[in-house]
Amino acid sequence: MSLILLVTYVSAGVFIVAVVSRFVKYASLPIHLRWELYPVAHEKGRAKYGGSYLEELDWWTKPRESSLIGELKVMIPEILFLAGVREHNKNHWLRSFPFHFGLYLLAGLIVLLIVGAVLEAVGIAVSREAGLAGRAIHHLTYIVGWVGLVLGLLGAIALLVRRVFNASYREYTKKADYFNLAFFIVTFVVAVAAHGMADPYFADLRSYAGSLLMFDFDFSARPLLAAEIVLASILVAYVPLTHMSHFFTKWFMYHGIRWSDEPAQRGGKIEGRVEQLLKHRVTWAAPHIRGDGKKNWVDVATSDVVEDRQQ
Amino acid sequence: MKRVKVEDISRPSEKLSELRKEDFKPLPADFADPEATPEFKPLSDEARQKFEATLDDTLALSLPKPKSKEEEDELVARFLSGMEKLFSEENNWTFLQPLLLSMEHCAACHTCSDACHIYEASGENPIYRPAYRSEVFRRLYKKHVKGNGGLLSAWRSGEIELNWTTVARLAELAYRCNLCRRCAQTCPIGVDNALIAHEIRKVFSQEMGIAPREIHLDGSVKQLRTGSSTGMSAEVVKDNIEFIDEDISEKTGLSIETPWDKHGADILLIHNAGEILSWPLNPGAFAVIFESAGLSWTMSSEIAAYDGINYGVWYDDFQFARVAIKHAEAARKLGVKKIVLGECGHAHKALTVIADRVLTGELNIPRESCMVTFWDLISSGRIKVDPSRNDFPVTLHDPCNLVRLMGIVDPQRKILKKIAPRFREMTPHGVENYCCGGGSGFAIMSGHNFADWRAQISGRKKLEQVLNAFKDELDPSVKKYLCAPCSNCKGQLRDLLSYYDVWEKYGILYDGMAELIVNCMTDVEPGFIEWEWH
Ligand code: SF4
Ligand code: SF4
Repeated sequence: MSLILLVTYVSAGVFIVAVVSRFVKYASLPIHLRWELYPVAHEKGRAKYGGSYLEELDWWTKPRESSLIGELKVMIPEILFLAGVREHNKNHWLRSFPFHFGLYLLAGLIVLLIVGAVLEAVGIAVSREAGLAGRAIHHLTYIVGWVGLVLGLLGAIALLVRRVFNASYREYTKKADYFNLAFFIVTFVVAVAAHGMADPYFADLRSYAGSLLMFDFDFSARPLLAAEIVLASILVAYVPLTHMSHFFTKWFMYHGIRWSDEPAQRGGKIEGRVEQLLKHRVTWAAPHIRGDGKKNWVDVATSDVVEDRQQ
Repeated sequence: MKRVKVEDISRPSEKLSELRKEDFKPLPADFADPEATPEFKPLSDEARQKFEATLDDTLALSLPKPKSKEEEDELVARFLSGMEKLFSEENNWTFLQPLLLSMEHCAACHTCSDACHIYEASGENPIYRPAYRSEVFRRLYKKHVKGNGGLLSAWRSGEIELNWTTVARLAELAYRCNLCRRCAQTCPIGVDNALIAHEIRKVFSQEMGIAPREIHLDGSVKQLRTGSSTGMSAEVVKDNIEFIDEDISEKTGLSIETPWDKHGADILLIHNAGEILSWPLNPGAFAVIFESAGLSWTMSSEIAAYDGINYGVWYDDFQFARVAIKHAEAARKLGVKKIVLGECGHAHKALTVIADRVLTGELNIPRESCMVTFWDLISSGRIKVDPSRNDFPVTLHDPCNLVRLMGIVDPQRKILKKIAPRFREMTPHGVENYCCGGGSGFAIMSGHNFADWRAQISGRKKLEQVLNAFKDELDPSVKKYLCAPCSNCKGQLRDLLSYYDVWEKYGILYDGMAELIVNCMTDVEPGFIEWEWH
């Protein structure tokens, strides 16, 4: 049975490596031209109507006021409740929200299992009859786990049904998307079966979490539980390898682009980075650029336009 | 309406999608019946024979048909080479990060579709979905740039074939988007379909030399060569302004003289030169306001610096940078404290926001919106106004570049609340506004039947908004003012309103903000606004 643990360790490793490497990949891309989109949530006092510091007379002489609370006010409902989809696409939200919220709860379940396993390891029982902490973890695990599983399963089925039967969605759905949703559904169904038939309080999963933490390779599981663990582990590794990595790349979309409104200062950090990039040599071939691989951005941008062609 | 799949773009056919008037979204008022709207002029047979016209029923680019299969293959190869450059840091550091993020993360949820006025107005034509062209480009990228085109790539990213039909249609399709970014605002993930359209345009322009004549050869190239896309040289523009000054002095009873090339002035004012030719009251009104307030200001007669346009911002990073540098260079030479941008949305955004990471060192001269300057002058009492002179219904068109793309939302509203007692908002407005339909260069593009497309499709939502804003006072005897503080928007609104005869039918006139301010200035003769169609 040690094989199951191995699968989970490897999956966790793949997950971490995939997330970190994607994060590093996007973070190390060059600074881009400003391309913000209003409302910008951190604009103090202005975010509610979409205003910016550019509304100030002589804005460059005044301190820019940025509000973290403003950002959180947008980010929390956006992350937790998919506020944007709810506002702009209610029909989709009715399917997407349960799916995503289910996943959040299942992520919460993992945390609760780990906490429970740690408690047990230090001798604090986790059960209906245990002390306050143990009892709380026991009940929370039960609620979070089941609500998460049911919401996730219903959401995934609803999304799949829409992708199969609604032509507009079907036309944009790739085979991999069907596979992804099917993967979630199968995993959820196996998990529901595993805990519906036995172990409704996820106690076996908690022992598994304990084994993982203690590197106890003697763990043995029922076939259904083993299937659940293997499927869920592979799923965790798989998600950040796909476009579903938006769960964390969204951070760049918002902070790196939509809300990235910092103006360049003479002699400042941004200017320094831009000056380096302007040295890149260009190879664009159009007649008004004639990038020969020797001219850099400054050379082209400060040269006259030489052109006499058709378009 | 016929369904069109993403992969259909590669399948040769007479037309990928058809535009039929009866499919378009019904308009309000007298235009509710499609019969009551003008006919959509068909493309001529000659145009269809000569140009690549298999996308829909109009043409923005007029790409000549290749003469042989070899020529087609050569063009496809150049497109592919351009795509590869687009995804390299050396050639495209300017937008690489946003582009890659948008390439990787679309969840195909279609939330963006409902936000797009073009998609809505067309009666939900599938090829006008914001995600349609993006998905075509994404599949091409995944198959040919990122992947090796194997089966796994099709399984993960969807089918697409790269051939001349795909390339020719994609080129046109990049010009069925106003780059207004309303769709991007609603994307739950942050994918930006406007950015993708912008980047596709860049592949065609920067690698293949393909761009609409109006914005490239007759636009940015002309501006860089002669000083202005209008073709006005420095002498001509000075003559024209002198004429405007005389006219305005006579009209207002003030003595107005626009300063040129004044070293050490506080402000360099840069207009969209189209104003000088088409709406001379607007630069005239600026001069009245600035002179009356006693500002230290000047205009510049340097090449490109008397025309604030920067069309490169829609299709070409290099043309964009060249013009932005000319603007900043002129300001540096004059030693001004700041540049104030006249009523032109894309000029605002191009020079203030996008050029912010292009203009380094001494070229980084502060830029300010004229809306901010105006509000300061009015709120501080440096110019005196009598709102009762503006006692007519007024609504405001928000240029996307000013609101959604740079967050200048409030000053223009404060001005209108102060000077226009019968001001009412459109629905929706501010950062949620709809584009006028002329964004991203369309306002100046009218080849073949593109003007019909602008009026029937891209401008349709704006027309609906304008009519609805005045719906309680549509009687033509009540003269109404559509305030559009942007030269390109005015160009589109002029064409849109005249296409539907809105001035005759409903008495709705469009013009800028400066004219409305001067119309109620107390030290100016009354009656500045000219209530006749122009
Ligand atoms: S671009 Fe955004 S809103 Fe549009 S389909 Fe993709 S994920 Fe959905
Ligand atoms: S940018 Fe504007 S016009 Fe273009 S697809 Fe998005 S909403 Fe439509």
